[in-house]
Order: sequence, then C-alpha cells, then structure tokens
Amino acid sequence: MTDSSVKAIAKVMDSVGDSAYVVVALIVLMALYAMLTQKNLLKVSIAISVMCSSVNMFLVLLGYRAGGNIPIHFLKGDESALMVLPTPQCLTLTAIVIGLATTALMLSLIVMLRKHYGTLDIDEIRRLRG
Amino acid sequence: MRPMSVVVTKVCDIFAWFMVVFGALIINNGHNTPGGGFQGGAVVATFLSFLLAAYGSRRVFAWVRENIFGFMACFGPLSFFVFGCLGFPHSFFFNSIAVPEGGQPISDWLPYAGTISLMDLSVGCGVVGALSMIILLMYKSIHMVETGEGMGGERGHDRFER
Amino acid sequence: MRKTVFMAAIIVLAGLFCGLFEEIHPFGIPASTAMDDYFIVHAPEDRSSHNVVTSMVFDYRGFDTIGEASVLFTALSSIAALFRNKDARGEGDGGRRG
Repeated sequence: MTDSSVKAIAKVMDSVGDSAYVVVALIVLMALYAMLTQKNLLKVSIAISVMCSSVNMFLVLLGYRAGGNIPIHFLKGDESALMVLPTPQCLTLTAIVIGLATTALMLSLIVMLRKHYGTLDIDEIRRLRG
Repeated sequence: MRPMSVVVTKVCDIFAWFMVVFGALIINNGHNTPGGGFQGGAVVATFLSFLLAAYGSRRVFAWVRENIFGFMACFGPLSFFVFGCLGFPHSFFFNSIAVPEGGQPISDWLPYAGTISLMDLSVGCGVVGALSMIILLMYKSIHMVETGEGMGGERGHDRFER
Repeated sequence: MRKTVFMAAIIVLAGLFCGLFEEIHPFGIPASTAMDDYFIVHAPEDRSSHNVVTSMVFDYRGFDTIGEASVLFTALSSIAALFRNKDARGEGDGGRRG
C-alpha cells in the first residue's frame, strides 16, 4: 500500500469518524419507536425487520478495518492490501438467514391472527393482553 | 391472486429463467467470488414469487409440485451433514477432498474447492426448497383468508364493539 | 399521551447510546485482529478456498451453518404445521394411529 493511499484513507477516516455508529443507533431507535407506537401488526413486523437489519449492519461495521478490501484473495487487487475481518461477516450471514426464517414465521402467525380475529389492530386483539 | 397483464407475463417468460441461471452462477462460484449457497438460493427462490405475481396462483399451482420443494428442503441439510462427516479423522468440518491429510492443496493458483463447493450446492438446494415452500404455503394462506374458510370462529367474542 | 411517553423513553435511550460511544473502539480500527489475521493468511493453503468468508462459513465454523440450516427447516415445518388443511388433520386421533 502506497503512502498517498494511506494518507487518503486517514483523511477519509478523520472526516467520517464515528458517524457510522450514529447511523446504526438512529436506525435502532427509529425501529424501536415504531415498534412501540404502531397499532398495526404488519407495521410492527416491518419495524422488527428494520431492527434486525440494523443489528446486521452493526456487526459488519465492527469488523471494518480502515482501508480494507473484501476478504477474497482473487479480488483484493494489491498484494499487500489489508482485508476487513471475515468473522463478523460470517456471523452476519448466519444472522441474515435466521432473520429471514423468523420473519416468515412472524408473518404466518399474523395471517393466522387475521383469520382468527378478523382484524390486525393490537387493541382489538384482546386475548394477547392477558 | 389474479394474473397480471400480457406485458408482465411476456416479460416473465423471457426474464424469469435468468433468475435461476444467475442464482446457479452465484451458488457455483461461491468458493472464489462473493456469494454462496444462501445468497444464490434466495435469488433462485425469487423465481417462484415472480411466477406467482405474474401468472396468478391458480396456474402456478397447476404447474408446480410441492413435494419436489419439500424433498429439496430435506435433502439439502442431510447432504450437508454428510459432507461435514467426510472430514472426520481431522475434525468435523475439514476440506478433506482438496487438502488430503493436511498436506499441500492440489492446485496452487486456482483452488480446487473440494467439499466447499459441494456444501455450497447442498445448502443452496436446501434454501431453494425451504424458501419456495414458504412462498407457496403463504400464497395458499392468502386464499384461505380471502374465502373466509374457518373464519369468524371467535368473531365478536372478545373484540371491542365500537 | 402514550406517544409522548414513548418518545421520552427513546430520548433517554439515545442518551445512553451516547455514553456507549465512549466505550466502543473507533470506527475502522478493530480492537483485536489476531484470529482474523490467522484466518486470512491460512485460508488459501489450509482449506483451499480463496474466499475467506466461504471457508469460514463452510469449514472453520461449519457447525454454525448446520444450526442455521436446521433453523430454516424448523421455520418451514412450523409454517407447514400452521397452514395445513383441515382434511389432513385427522379424525382427532392425535397421531396415535395403529
């Protein structure tokens, strides 16, 4: 890696700073607010999916290394180039598929609730309140 | 769901197969390009949802046999487990085809993927089967809710009367 | 009323997140990279795959992937159990046939 590219990367990292973490925190808070205040079950499930995606994004951000390329030896370009950490990406792959499975099961349960009660409003589904 | 217009069905005729080809490309090149079994399987599973959106559920359910997807969803994890057992003298998961007995790999420049490519194929098979089966079952549930079959068993029993 | 209470709770949580930013490592400089450097260096020779992520998913941490496949299969079977037909439900014998 040449000196000029190192300087350019350092400049970009100074300007970016920790704003990536701020973006993730904002997405989590927005999803949490929607999850707490919405009455429609479909909108609640959308909020849960958004929060799942933000957690995946946070895991990938934790493994980012400044100036790193993708962890594939064919495609990294320069021989001495850095690579981002592969372990968080691997675990994120697992988390994405599990989020997909839980979303499918959640939507099926919502379909059964709609069939059973005739509505999607949580206030009208009283039995869930205990 | 009713079928969509002629334009959509023609576009579906031409382009739907490319989804399967693209997904197979992603699955097969998983060992040295970005991608792998899960991503390619998800791409292939969009093929069935495209068919359902374009042609409507009645015609697609006449074309598709669900047992094939169920068989794929069962076959994928089982074959994955068997490929994992191939590396047993070393550890549970070891690329014992391409790296025999912990020695040097067979090819230097282009890696001979060994069990990794086979595991890509088996996991892709499982994901395609599971996601297509989930899509088919949820379309069936739409029909079940729309016709009102079995509905209203608890209706008015514990709802607010507004 | 309810929305203002939740909004206040969200703002408090945002303040807690601001405190957490002090603890986390700066973006782009991971805390400890020894294990990942080992994987990056040794994956092509050791496991014969130039894609390090694939060699981790299917080889180094293949046991996780078995769990993942079983989770997907469990979701599929539970959805199939939710949406099964009334005809296939049997005459109330609870599966203890024969």
